[in-house]
Amino acid sequence: MVASGSSNTNPARIPALGIRALVFIALSLLLMVLDHRQHYLDLVRQTLGAVVYPIQVVVDSPFRLWDWIGESSRSRQELQLELSRLQAERLITNARLQKLTALEAENARLRDLLEARSQVRDEIRVTEIMAVDANPFRHSIIIDVGQRDAVYDGQAIVDAAGVVGQVIQTGLTTSQALLISDPSHALPVEVNRNGLRTIAKGTGELDRLDLPFLPNNADIEVGDLLVTSGLGGMFPAGYPVAVVTTVNRIPQEPFADVSATPAASLDQVREVMLIWPSPGGDSAGAGNE
Amino acid sequence: MSSYGAARLPVIVTIIVALMLTVVPLPDAAEPFRPDWIALTLIYWAMMLPRTWSVGSAWFVGLLLDVAQGTILGQHALALCVVVFVTVRFHLLMRVFPMQQLTATIFALLALYQFVLFWINGVAGINVATIHYWAPVLAGTVLWPVVTMLLSGIRMRTYSGR
Repeated sequence: MVASGSSNTNPARIPALGIRALVFIALSLLLMVLDHRQHYLDLVRQTLGAVVYPIQVVVDSPFRLWDWIGESSRSRQELQLELSRLQAERLITNARLQKLTALEAENARLRDLLEARSQVRDEIRVTEIMAVDANPFRHSIIIDVGQRDAVYDGQAIVDAAGVVGQVIQTGLTTSQALLISDPSHALPVEVNRNGLRTIAKGTGELDRLDLPFLPNNADIEVGDLLVTSGLGGMFPAGYPVAVVTTVNRIPQEPFADVSATPAASLDQVREVMLIWPSPGGDSAGAGNE
Repeated sequence: MSSYGAARLPVIVTIIVALMLTVVPLPDAAEPFRPDWIALTLIYWAMMLPRTWSVGSAWFVGLLLDVAQGTILGQHALALCVVVFVTVRFHLLMRVFPMQQLTATIFALLALYQFVLFWINGVAGINVATIHYWAPVLAGTVLWPVVTMLLSGIRMRTYSGR
């Protein structure tokens, strides 16, 4: 706590160091209280994010360049092979889609009969994961879309195989997303086979989710597919989440020990899809793609 | 005046480089061992140029780090503030320490830094595997001699010969 006038003459004394430190520590505490959970400081975050963004872009760009070089230096033969593979895949997917259209129509009719709200197709956008490491304390990724692109907190992220995670912080041009494997993440799911509802919790390991609250007599088997149930209100229903890998029924414990492997390859994805759930309740069948 | 006030640019550049090293992707196995580049850099500059690079700049850089990593706003700012405060308080002592002793001090400072982060995570209810706390401390201590060498190179080139 030195703030005397003579401090300038003494090279060992930094003027008012203690007071300044206290002020900044108090400021940090204030910021943390305001930021944690309430999100009062989104504007501050965005402003500082504009300073950080160029740094992230610079770090990300060599990886992009490498990808681009890899893409553009492939031989004609390789490209033709991939082209034919993709065409075959497209044919198969299209064939499946034909069936899906019929099924969707049938589903809509049946739902009409039951006077249930009809499900409309969700809007989807493909985005890239930036090659930037984020929060060391959490399983998170940074994607290169933000509020500019109408991304919002809690938005669901999937890849081609299943659910990846959800957006937890939106900047102007980038957003941070929490993976489903994070220990603080829990996701309402149901067993696709019989509609048994439960919760899939992250464990901190990329290839394992826990299903902690299933009683010993629950109808669940190894190989069961878990899909989102849509009950949390965050994730749209029906997206694959994980496949059950182990079921340990321990007689003296109240709950069975069940774990599952995420369907999405959480550590390998480079491109993910953001989902805007369709506003339910409006007219039937009108798919807004 | 010229030794303290002028030429902030080289220091800013080193801080930006440290920020880049903090966000550059590492293989999964090496990720917990990423040293706290920002803390190392700021400790060095706070020790050598404490009148220009003190708690205020540490706080601001900490906020940038919080935004870059998406941690609670103020978490790294607070941790850096505390560490830089201790550094500036004892900067004359630390300057005359022999290398081993200084490295031991750096170990203690980095441990303090991680402890503050750990404590805030605990209050906020964020569970983290313990390796994420002590591995960066070890890695940072091991790399400290290299960091000092590089940064003193920059310091000698920029701030001497006037």
